Amino acid sequence: MTGPTPAQDAPLLVLEDVEATYNHAIVALRGVSLAVRRGEIRALLGANGAGKTTTLKAVSHLLPAERGQITRGHIRFDGEIVERTSPADLVRRGLVQVLEGRHCFRSLTVEENLLTGALGRSASRSEAQTDLERVYAFFPRLKEKRRTSAGLTSGGEQQMTAIGRALMARPRLLVLDEPSMGLAPLVVEAIFSTLRKLNETEGLTLLVAEQNSTVALRYAHRATVLENGRAVLEGPAAELRAREDIKAFYLGLRTPHRDGPLGGDSRSAA
Amino acid sequence: MEDVQFFIEVLVGGLLSGVMYSLVAIGFVLIYKTSGVLNFAQGALLLFAALTFVSLHERGVPFWASIGLTLVLLAILGTLIERVVLRPLVNQPPITLFLATLGLSYVIEGGAQLLWGTQVHGLDLGIDDVPFEVGGVLISSFDLFAAATAALMVALITLFFRYTRIGLAFRAVADDPFAALAVGLRLTRIWAIVWTASGVVALVAGLLWGARLGVQFSLSLVVLKALPVLVLGGFDSIAGAIIGGLLVGATEKLAEVYIGPFLGGGIESWFAYVVALAFLLVRPSGLFGQKLVERV
Repeated sequence: MTGPTPAQDAPLLVLEDVEATYNHAIVALRGVSLAVRRGEIRALLGANGAGKTTTLKAVSHLLPAERGQITRGHIRFDGEIVERTSPADLVRRGLVQVLEGRHCFRSLTVEENLLTGALGRSASRSEAQTDLERVYAFFPRLKEKRRTSAGLTSGGEQQMTAIGRALMARPRLLVLDEPSMGLAPLVVEAIFSTLRKLNETEGLTLLVAEQNSTVALRYAHRATVLENGRAVLEGPAAELRAREDIKAFYLGLRTPHRDGPLGGDSRSAA
Repeated sequence: MEDVQFFIEVLVGGLLSGVMYSLVAIGFVLIYKTSGVLNFAQGALLLFAALTFVSLHERGVPFWASIGLTLVLLAILGTLIERVVLRPLVNQPPITLFLATLGLSYVIEGGAQLLWGTQVHGLDLGIDDVPFEVGGVLISSFDLFAAATAALMVALITLFFRYTRIGLAFRAVADDPFAALAVGLRLTRIWAIVWTASGVVALVAGLLWGARLGVQFSLSLVVLKALPVLVLGGFDSIAGAIIGGLLVGATEKLAEVYIGPFLGGGIESWFAYVVALAFLLVRPSGLFGQKLVERV
């Protein structure tokens, strides 16, 4: 699914010194730089409030929808300047995000949720059907629940639905925000091993923000650590995993402030 | 026996006139569900639609051509509203958006009258309002026609929401706008379509109300009748708008007949608001509305 591109060795996603604020007042990112290579699984680690969610929202150009803005720096996805591309166009070009807290369409069935993922790229009915079967092959559990309202399924099934919905858009870069949040360890393993399978069999590039650094470092190739809105450390996952001090320094449970004014629970009852 | 028959007659008359309220309320629900905006301009939209149709028809444009042209104008208007009013105000608090639609309603009303003049137009849909008898109960044939039209429209809207891709996109946006954005749906386009759709609903409602009251400025005031319907039924439920309309229609007529004499009559015009107020105290989200749940 990764089409041949002229510069195969150029990073798929580049952030250059990105500074971001909410309401022009709260500074959430103070200069984040990172480059995600094609075909890798990149983990984005950090404590609560380090800027993981803001970084990902900036990447998908979703900050304006939450009254946030990029005040400095640039983000490029496959050469395209993200700040000048609408979220819908980014999805069409292959940058798709699975939001923190899953954000399934609760009143829609699991299958309808998946189909909304194909709406964005205006897939034909038969294309959507093919992709649907592909998603069901990765997550057989969803096939059993296809007619159930997403709001009535378990947390793990909702996470699978959210990932499946993103896959329906045929991403080249899949961005995931805290996929392990609130899930039982076994379910977390199942989800991460499916992500690895997607990476290995389809060459899908992944950028995963995780608070659960233990799991993330086991599945990722490389990891970037954020602290106070800055990327402070980067290296191969195996290396970081071996260093106990990193956990104590950067990934502890210090919580100076939340990720943004709205955090992940921005869903008001509309 | 005669009392029972009279009661039924009043009840049926009330229910059928309630359908007309539902029609207006559905236009509100469509917009509220998908964009969270309480569109006060729905009445003005209704006036605009009816006035445009009548004026075209009076100038010799055939019936269906007038309908078609009016629909085109409504689509243009819907797109304009999204572009000029909603898009710059996206992410603003609901009260800001509400006030914007309040202003918008004056602009549309003014524009409609500037374009087509201010005189009252008669509108004849070709349905004779002769009452006929069913088992001793008199029923207005116009009311019945209005009810059938409303039922057809609701059926079409339901099918549209359930089985088309745009319908799926609507439901997704109504459910979780932020997720819809992340999935790649173009919210602005969907809003333009929703405003057009509620313009279509306004046209149908406007024609039926116009045939009854004459097409004139005061037609835009039927929005005020839709408010108690929405309070009763819930602002985000089409089923609620229908049931709410029926309830309001029936209670208003029954109250007029059975409670009215003790209060000197004329309570029909305000009784619905009393009911709505009482209802607000007991069930603020309406019969079918989504409960407001704040996660903390």
